[in-house]
Amino acid sequence: MRGYVLKKVGWSIGTLLFVVVFNFFLFRLLPGDPIGLYTRGRNMSPDQLVRLRQQLNRPISEQFVEYLGNPFASTINSTRFNRPVWDIIGERVWPTVLLVGTAVLVAAVVGVWLGIRSGWRRGSRFDRITTGTTNTLYAMPEFWVGMMLIMWLPFFPSGGINSVGVSGFFATAVDTAWHLVLPVTALAVVYLAEYTSIMRASLVDELRQDYLTLARAKGLREDLVRRRHAVPNALLPTMTLIFLNLGFVIGGAITVEYVFSWPGLGLLTAEALRGPDIPLLQAVFLLFSLGVIVFTLLADLLYAVLDPRVSTR
Amino acid sequence: MSLLELRDLSVTYAGDVPAVRGVSLGVAPGEVLGVAGESGCGKSTISNAVLRLLPKSARVGGSVLLDGEDVYEMSFGRLRAVRWATASIVFQGALHSLNAVQTIGRQIAEPILLHEPKTSRKAADLRVGELLEQVGLPARRAKDYPHQLSGGQRQRVMIALALACKPRLLIADEPTTALDVMVQAQVLQLLTGLVKDLGLALVLISHDLSVLGTTCDRVAVMYAGKVVEEGPASVVFDDSRHPYSGALAGAFPRVGDPRFRYAPAGLAGDPPYPGDLPPGCSFHPRCPVAFDRCVSEEVELLDLGAGRRAACLRAGEGS
Ligand SMILES: Nc1ncnc2c1ncn2[C@@H]1O[C@H](COP(=O)(O)OP(=O)(O)OP(=O)(O)O)[C@@H](O)[C@H]1O
Ligand code: SF4
Ligand SMILES: [Mg+2]
Repeated sequence: MRGYVLKKVGWSIGTLLFVVVFNFFLFRLLPGDPIGLYTRGRNMSPDQLVRLRQQLNRPISEQFVEYLGNPFASTINSTRFNRPVWDIIGERVWPTVLLVGTAVLVAAVVGVWLGIRSGWRRGSRFDRITTGTTNTLYAMPEFWVGMMLIMWLPFFPSGGINSVGVSGFFATAVDTAWHLVLPVTALAVVYLAEYTSIMRASLVDELRQDYLTLARAKGLREDLVRRRHAVPNALLPTMTLIFLNLGFVIGGAITVEYVFSWPGLGLLTAEALRGPDIPLLQAVFLLFSLGVIVFTLLADLLYAVLDPRVSTR
Repeated sequence: MSLLELRDLSVTYAGDVPAVRGVSLGVAPGEVLGVAGESGCGKSTISNAVLRLLPKSARVGGSVLLDGEDVYEMSFGRLRAVRWATASIVFQGALHSLNAVQTIGRQIAEPILLHEPKTSRKAADLRVGELLEQVGLPARRAKDYPHQLSGGQRQRVMIALALACKPRLLIADEPTTALDVMVQAQVLQLLTGLVKDLGLALVLISHDLSVLGTTCDRVAVMYAGKVVEEGPASVVFDDSRHPYSGALAGAFPRVGDPRFRYAPAGLAGDPPYPGDLPPGCSFHPRCPVAFDRCVSEEVELLDLGAGRRAACLRAGEGS
């Protein structure tokens, strides 16, 4: 077990280093004059411009070393907001966590339940309807679902995280929840399809296993065969995949946040792209990659905890 | 009276695969019935059929009487009560039959707590320890997961599991296959001891005739889903009336026995696939003494007296 954990952590650190390096060079390879981009729409004295150019004219190796020194340094300023990028990200990360967290939780609970019900009675009416519906939902882009929801359900707020003039903790919380309904639905609907099909497939895989025959031979009722034996085994791969997905889900919220003007990282990315605000983009990309790496590691560790074949080795 | 009685049992899997074709057998309390036959002849199908464990798509004909009660007429509630408490199975393939994410102790305790609901957790755990020790495993192994045991240890867990509710009928499907000779003798001794002491009825499925010969009272030899010979264990292999039993015994050659001159060691060819059986006697393509009638005539089990039956057109000729 310890060897397993060390190996996984080592891999994650290695991947992180690679991402940091890649992130640096990717943005140096972008076409166009960086100073032009940097100063677009702003009043700059020729003096300032010269100093900026001097900064960028330093050898790339020098800049690289400086960047490697601390890619999370508070001295990196956004060109659009003229504030440290990590301060901006720190403010914008919570709305995204709230949105994505709620959507994943809802989708995972409902999806696993649907997957169990349809996988256990494969080919039943329930299964056919569920599979057909989820496949259709899966094929729809999140932002499009979001736009449809805004059109069909006009009594829910179509954008933002709070209405103007709401104050007090409780009132604000209720108001935020009210604003969450549509964007969460748009995201959850799409993840739901994925989680349902993962759970259904892994349960179907378990159905033909011999240990279920033994469980029946013992005299267990069908629902106990399912609950005690089939589902815990089928949940192993499903939980891992849900966690793996979480890493990508944060980046995936870009379009939905944009449609609903949700003030999170996704919207921030869209704003930064318009500039383009290179330092901010660089930081956001780094954070997204970090999300994928961290959740991949968590998925591996979770698997090890849940599966005795790994944890008792 | 027989504790288990199969009457003309037939099982056809989906896709018209007749895996078992009209098998009639019985076992009484305190008796050991051996079932022999090549891979695919329907042995495991029979053991699953007894507790109604076949896939829903399989068609079952004939009847299975457990203590005089037709298993296929039982309500589901009655069936669940009978499973494991009256009859249990040592399944073939211990690795896949055990749940990989539960400790073996929990898996052995499960049927105890299910069928004897008054049992406390603690009493169940004690009993699990006893059962494990009975099959030669230390009680502390109860907290191990299946993957932490060797193949032989897992097989012994399967036996302990099958004995958990003190069943009156035990069907053991290749219970000693993965065990070394010492442990194999130990396990067989344990099983035959239970038969003697508790009056357990035992169906012992094995491809190893030396195991069957020394352990069983009676032996049934199966070929392509049918019983082709049945009789007292001592005579079926030494004085077989069906060329197939003779050939099976010949796979363990006995020097100087003229009966096996046509079946020196094993048999040429493979058993037929149940979905594609030859006409007449199913054994005729491989039979060293087949003649013209074997190709066209259906062969039925013939009563030869002295508790012996054989399904061969030559069976009456004597040895
Ligand atoms: N679920 C199933 N669906 C279709 N055919 C099956 C199924 N299970 C078994 N069979 C077929 O039925 C026949 C008998 O299988 P069975 O498992 O009873 O053989 P066996 O005598 O136990 O063999 P072995 O010694 O290898 O365990 C085989 O030809 C097998 O391919
Ligand atoms: S009936 Fe004929 S083919 Fe069949 S076992 Fe007897 S001799 Fe051989
Ligand atoms: Mg078998």
